[in-house]
Amino acid sequence: MKLLVKAGRVIDPANGLDEVADVLVADGVVAAVGRDLAAGEAQVLDASGKVVCPGFIDLHVHLREPGLEYKEDIRTGTRAAALGGFTTVCCMPNTRPVVDNFALASFVRRRGEEAGLVRVHPIGAITKQQQGKEMAEMGGMVAAGCTAFSDDGRPVMNAEVMRRAMEYARMHGATIISHCEDLDLTGDGQMHEGFFSTLYGLKGIPALAEEVMVARDLQLAEATGARLHIAHVSTARAVELVRQAKARGVQVTCEATPHHLVLTDECLGTYDTDFKVNPPLRSAADVLALREGLRDGTIDCIATDHAPHEVEAKDCEFNLASAGISGLETAVAVLLHHLVAPGQLKLRDLVACLTVKPARALRLQGGTLTPGQPADITVLDLEETRRVEPGCFESKGRNTPFKGMLLTGWPWATVCGGRLVALAGRVVE
Amino acid sequence: MVFENRKDLLGMKGLGADEITAILDVAVPMKDIISRDIKKVPPLRGKVVVTLFYEPSTRTRTSFELAGKYLSADTVNLAVTTSSVQKGESLRDTIKTIEVMGADLIVIRHSMSGVPHYVARNTSMRVINAGDGVNEHPTQALLDMFTIRERKGTLEGLTVAILGDIRHSRVARSNIFGLQQFGCRLRAIGPPTLMPPGLESLGVEVFHSLEDGLEGVDVVNVLRLQRERQQQGLFPTLEEYAARFCLTPERLRPARPDVLVLHPGPMNRGVEISGALADSAVSAINEQVTNGVAVRMALLYLMMGGARDEIAG
Repeated sequence: MKLLVKAGRVIDPANGLDEVADVLVADGVVAAVGRDLAAGEAQVLDASGKVVCPGFIDLHVHLREPGLEYKEDIRTGTRAAALGGFTTVCCMPNTRPVVDNFALASFVRRRGEEAGLVRVHPIGAITKQQQGKEMAEMGGMVAAGCTAFSDDGRPVMNAEVMRRAMEYARMHGATIISHCEDLDLTGDGQMHEGFFSTLYGLKGIPALAEEVMVARDLQLAEATGARLHIAHVSTARAVELVRQAKARGVQVTCEATPHHLVLTDECLGTYDTDFKVNPPLRSAADVLALREGLRDGTIDCIATDHAPHEVEAKDCEFNLASAGISGLETAVAVLLHHLVAPGQLKLRDLVACLTVKPARALRLQGGTLTPGQPADITVLDLEETRRVEPGCFESKGRNTPFKGMLLTGWPWATVCGGRLVALAGRVVE
Repeated sequence: MVFENRKDLLGMKGLGADEITAILDVAVPMKDIISRDIKKVPPLRGKVVVTLFYEPSTRTRTSFELAGKYLSADTVNLAVTTSSVQKGESLRDTIKTIEVMGADLIVIRHSMSGVPHYVARNTSMRVINAGDGVNEHPTQALLDMFTIRERKGTLEGLTVAILGDIRHSRVARSNIFGLQQFGCRLRAIGPPTLMPPGLESLGVEVFHSLEDGLEGVDVVNVLRLQRERQQQGLFPTLEEYAARFCLTPERLRPARPDVLVLHPGPMNRGVEISGALADSAVSAINEQVTNGVAVRMALLYLMMGGARDEIAG
């Protein structure tokens, strides 16, 4: 089966490419990129006026299966991913049961294949049942295809456990993804601690809760030589710590989420639980520091932290509400509208943060349009203007603070393994 | 009346000086009713007020109940322990149930900030916040302001110090928002561990000693110190707290000679305030309680107005 993505502006940061070209796909891999390629018997996708990129990779999603299918399952989650322009999603292990062994990691991978839309890479737990005590069977999970481990959702509070996990993961060439949060400093905080937490009377979560753990894990990574990826960096000081560590040669990468790049703690004034997220939305100064970190390369990737929830988990008292945002279907539009269009971030830098950089961080295939690589392609329509309508989401989670927002610039077509899986706002069955 | 068009009273934040004045003005004749032999007037006859308290309270709940009764409203008190909340019912369903039984106004207290706002979004009943978490306690601020205005003749331009656990105090927050509408200069006095971040950005001056903080103040509002803050590691012992911050007649000397001392109650005598000071003439602590009923009568009256005309007809 062949596909010719014709006459789009091709942006492939790994190859330094940004020009109008055709992309020819055959047998699930990129066959050629160039001008005026012959279609032959290939199906033609006219991408003129649009932007053609390597398929987007999201290093941080919660697909909730197994066990929490009332929030999301791998079928609905991958449909949301396809619509959102993502061809690869890495799903966190905080399911029920926790993905902490070969069998469960294999199950998630297989369910992803059965859904048949985008690539699903399970991330294994660092510790058994994410209890933060005994190491999980990383070797078994590497055999099932895991390249990274995380206790995301809860931090590994014990530094000795984290230190040994890094040493052990290094033996497997795997990356440790750290959810950096000191639970004692978080306490029962509900939003970022600062002027607005005082104004709104919600208990604060200090930036320090993140920063002391980032500092700890950077020290541990430096000492052990492990590959460390820091999830959802959200404070100015955390970005600075990563910047300094990179300068010292620590093997560290990090990600920021679209919501932490766009929204601030000022948004919490109505106590709308859709703005409740962990780490919390930070101050305007933190948002500016994250954007600077993106521009200077300190922040490698943008990841959604897609965290779908059922209605009841959000339609309740603020303190009782679950944290998280259903982000797969809005991420790209939010980034194009709020960062690229106003000139805060170059389009090719955004594409790099969604393709080659996350691929390198977790040693995944893809992320480029180099011939021979998997034919994963995301086509963007920078002109399209559409309102965010959570009621129309493919995801079961309708929890989004972007609801009702009018955004310009949306994913238009998603090709995974040479097959068109989403087009013009619909999943291709 | 300026305030009549509001559906809810969720906080002092966003309430203008004209609205606050309107409430305090109506509270004046209400206070007169409380001192009568027959403490009952008819304007809220046929109206139903439900108090829903998810936190223990004697003073505030009783105050609302009596305020309703003096105005002839029917008042029903729901305490959490006897309600269906124990059966795992969602807050939203509890509120809907009360609404469809015909209640006109609900008074809610909750340990979690923002709950009255959530309730107000999900009901057609009017909602009064009787204290939500560490956020706001607007009727306490209104009764404090009523008391200050009564004693001082005005609210304009006064210097008001709030002493104690500002970080966890909804009373402090509501007082700050309300008093700032009248150009008051606000000070917060207490250890740094009990101060919320960004207080200076709210226009509040922060002091860690009584001597500096009380210099020239017109009013001191002393907050109750919760014992649990000690367990949270925010100060070592009540004794050490009292040694530095317990307000006594002697320590009050840097304040203006006509200084007024308030306390929202219940008091820990000898911890945040000495018994001698609490019982002295500079304190208005008992009057605050009476004024609380008057202010709540004014609120219920203004928010459920219209009954006046029915009676006149």
